Amino acid sequence: MFPHEEKLIRERLKREPNELEWAMLEVMWSEHASYKSSRPWLKLLPTDNEHVILGPGEDAGIVKFDDETWIVVGIESHNHPSAVEPYGGAATGVGGIVRDILCMGARPIALLDPIRFGPLEKERNRYLFEGVVKGIADYGNRIGVPTVGGETEFDESLDNYTLVNVACVGVMRPEHLVHSYVTEPGLKLILVGNRTGRDGIHGVTFASEELSENAEEEDRSAVQIPDPFTEKLLIEATLEAVYTGKVKALKDLGGGGLTCAASEMAGKKGFGAVIYADRVPLREPGMTPTEVMISESQERMLFAVRPEDIEEIGRIFDKYELEWTVVGETIEEPRFVVYWWGEKVADLPIELLTDVPTIEWELKPYSAERPVETPDVSFGEAFDLVWGSPNILSKRWVWEQYDHEVQGRTVLKPGRDAAVLKINDEYGLAFVADGNPNHSYLNPYHGAMGAVAEVVRNLVSVGAEPLALVDNLNFASPERPEVYWSFAETVRGLADAARAFGLAYVSGNVSFYNEVVDRPIKPTPVVAGLGKVKLEDIPSGAFEEGLLIGVVGLTKPELGGSELFARLGVEGGLAPRVDLEEEKANANGILEAIRRGLVKAVHDVGRGGLAVALAEMAVAGNVGFTADLSKVPSETTNPVEVAFSESHSRYIVAFPEENLEELKGLFKHFAIIGRTEGSDAVFLWNGRELLRKPISELRAVHESLPRLLGEEE
Amino acid sequence: MVRFAVVVFPGTNCDFETERAIRKAGAEAERVWYKTSLKDFDGVVLPGGFSYADYLRAGAIAARQEIMEEVKEFAEEGRPVLGICNGFQILTEAGLLPGALRPNRVPRFLCRWVHLRVNDTETPFTSLYEPGEVIRMPIAHAEGNYYTDDPSKVRIVFQYSDENGNVSEEANPNGSVLNIAAIANERGNVLGTMPHPERASDRFLGSGDGLRLFRSMVEWARR
Repeated sequence: MFPHEEKLIRERLKREPNELEWAMLEVMWSEHASYKSSRPWLKLLPTDNEHVILGPGEDAGIVKFDDETWIVVGIESHNHPSAVEPYGGAATGVGGIVRDILCMGARPIALLDPIRFGPLEKERNRYLFEGVVKGIADYGNRIGVPTVGGETEFDESLDNYTLVNVACVGVMRPEHLVHSYVTEPGLKLILVGNRTGRDGIHGVTFASEELSENAEEEDRSAVQIPDPFTEKLLIEATLEAVYTGKVKALKDLGGGGLTCAASEMAGKKGFGAVIYADRVPLREPGMTPTEVMISESQERMLFAVRPEDIEEIGRIFDKYELEWTVVGETIEEPRFVVYWWGEKVADLPIELLTDVPTIEWELKPYSAERPVETPDVSFGEAFDLVWGSPNILSKRWVWEQYDHEVQGRTVLKPGRDAAVLKINDEYGLAFVADGNPNHSYLNPYHGAMGAVAEVVRNLVSVGAEPLALVDNLNFASPERPEVYWSFAETVRGLADAARAFGLAYVSGNVSFYNEVVDRPIKPTPVVAGLGKVKLEDIPSGAFEEGLLIGVVGLTKPELGGSELFARLGVEGGLAPRVDLEEEKANANGILEAIRRGLVKAVHDVGRGGLAVALAEMAVAGNVGFTADLSKVPSETTNPVEVAFSESHSRYIVAFPEENLEELKGLFKHFAIIGRTEGSDAVFLWNGRELLRKPISELRAVHESLPRLLGEEE
Repeated sequence: MVRFAVVVFPGTNCDFETERAIRKAGAEAERVWYKTSLKDFDGVVLPGGFSYADYLRAGAIAARQEIMEEVKEFAEEGRPVLGICNGFQILTEAGLLPGALRPNRVPRFLCRWVHLRVNDTETPFTSLYEPGEVIRMPIAHAEGNYYTDDPSKVRIVFQYSDENGNVSEEANPNGSVLNIAAIANERGNVLGTMPHPERASDRFLGSGDGLRLFRSMVEWARR
């Protein structure tokens, strides 16, 4: 909390808060709990359209899938805890987002984990990477929610740090919706789940500060302890309770613990709450009321039920062997009162906790963009660098540790452009997350638009009509004017791109202060998207023998922020520009082509450019190709630029020759560049061979991530 | 109609899809909390998951719950008992099947589609397969490395193989003795399988090979 905020609190309260009250105010007024620097900007984002049932404002957003089915979606970050304690930090991040979905009354059905680390050459970064993956795996697998995708990236700028985002979707019937707020006094507040311990004390405050050099020793106590076993029981018990129709409000205990959950649940519609803190079951002896009220121990939920329903709901918790206690009640008067063994130890107007003023920091534009020459590198050398980059390598090592099949609905598995989850016999839900900090660093506005465009391309590539978006904004300290400016530009980009596609953000998360020892991270907006796909329509992502290969979209010499530049150590360049008109037209064209059954395989062109996209499709299908890159619709005649530019709006399609005429008509920029054949990848330029590689060799490189981690297999 | 119980322990997480697959195979199925009696059922399935979070050893605590006495009676009466993944671990821990499931050779959780060679079509669970047929199902486990002192005494039902049915070391995902993926008791009415047939019971999920296991089981229970 800043001094002017402390002053404001004293003025509003007209007295000095006591120690417990200060602690509660501190967590509620932390950046992480109240989004005070981001709220003014987030207003720019579109949050409503015909698909949106519930936009931002509660624990998760809700999107209409059909009349009987709503999809709940949320996204979270656990950057600070994961950087300090990778296993527990990442695991509790999964637990938290799952409870956010659960507390709307939905069954969590899939997770995505976009994760980012420093270079793998360093032992500490490998430790963070392996710990985060194991944390996600152990937690997600045990609660039986499949982790179906994500992103894994490595970048010099994240040395010794880690960004761990997690998105979750749930499925519910409309009649099971439960809100996170009460609309009546006299409801009993039941705390159920894990006992409260000293873990996660000041977790949100910790997440609102930069990490120091000694963070690992100093801040471990701020990291919560994961318990997926209890979470699994909590999921089943909560849903069973919700189905009785007797749960009046439901909230998980996340950042800010019991203080945040109870004050928001009661205060949102102007009611108050009384909490008997001494009734909270404790994990360790001697805890003070302050510790009890702000602990962020995991796997706890707060239920509001009418007094006459306590017995019935309690029986459900008993069945699942979960501990539960009535810890308080909602009251008419809008105050937040805490008792400790009969003594009133805190008494605050509830809006003092929940109504936190925003802060607008100074903005200062910067530009990291500057024109640079494309280095004189041979095609073969460039290909080896990019294809062998840890960012391009298959992440099989990661996703084979995740039970991506549990619940028996994963139609498209990890490794495809987007995951697809079967929702009913006819339709599936496509789910994907993307972000590109290298593009965002050069140009936060176009980087953010690019993230949205890529999400749309990935959804469209599996045949899905985009439905809705969520955003997770990972930034350094907003007190740095350049950072705050890049944040504002990012939000502008997210807003403009979403509007162009007619999409809305239904939920989101902001994480500031991502820096270690004064080194700010690159702006890292991560966007996750939902789409609806007819299961019959889903195209392949792999080559098969005897098809023509077409490229959709215009390639420009846009190597700024590309994987090739990163591998060559070239700084600067211009970030690829998003042409929203072209992006939209191509997305519609691809969807049309898929629906009409014109294409066998579709893959979006993203990181690494055309060369990588072609090679990935070849490896996926174990079928070679010949592609003449000089035929690609392009604004450059440099083969390296054509092959590795990361221009937006592009797709590769593979299709039988007889569909050519019909397909051509769907796109402004479209060309046949070759065909699928044989067992080699052959890149040509005007008929001259640039590179020939056996698919088996491409595969061996592509699957070499375990070797980078020092493993045999 | 025949009725199968799908037993749910704290931490079980493949119960819903298993129930769905049995219904698809033509029988009634009901998820049954482990404190409920099994007396009205014709067969019992122990589904996958992490019963008791796999504390101690995978399946060890569930195997010692009261309901397992009823499961043993089912087995002794010759009624079908199927254990999938964690269910297989529970069956070995309870002594209903021989051997043990050790941590994978690479000691990590592994979720992957595998090919299996059908070695024994004489069990109630495999009558709809062809002898030597190669089928596909996913595995998802950290402790699926099957071990027994004397594999010659074990009724091997599925073996990890390549797509041509070769039972090779390369096709062994977890280090199991003789590439064993599924075994039955001597009588054939108790089957433990590490691969998940319920996850291969829908054409959109990659394979329908697993559904035939449930169909065989249901058909047999009906007789």
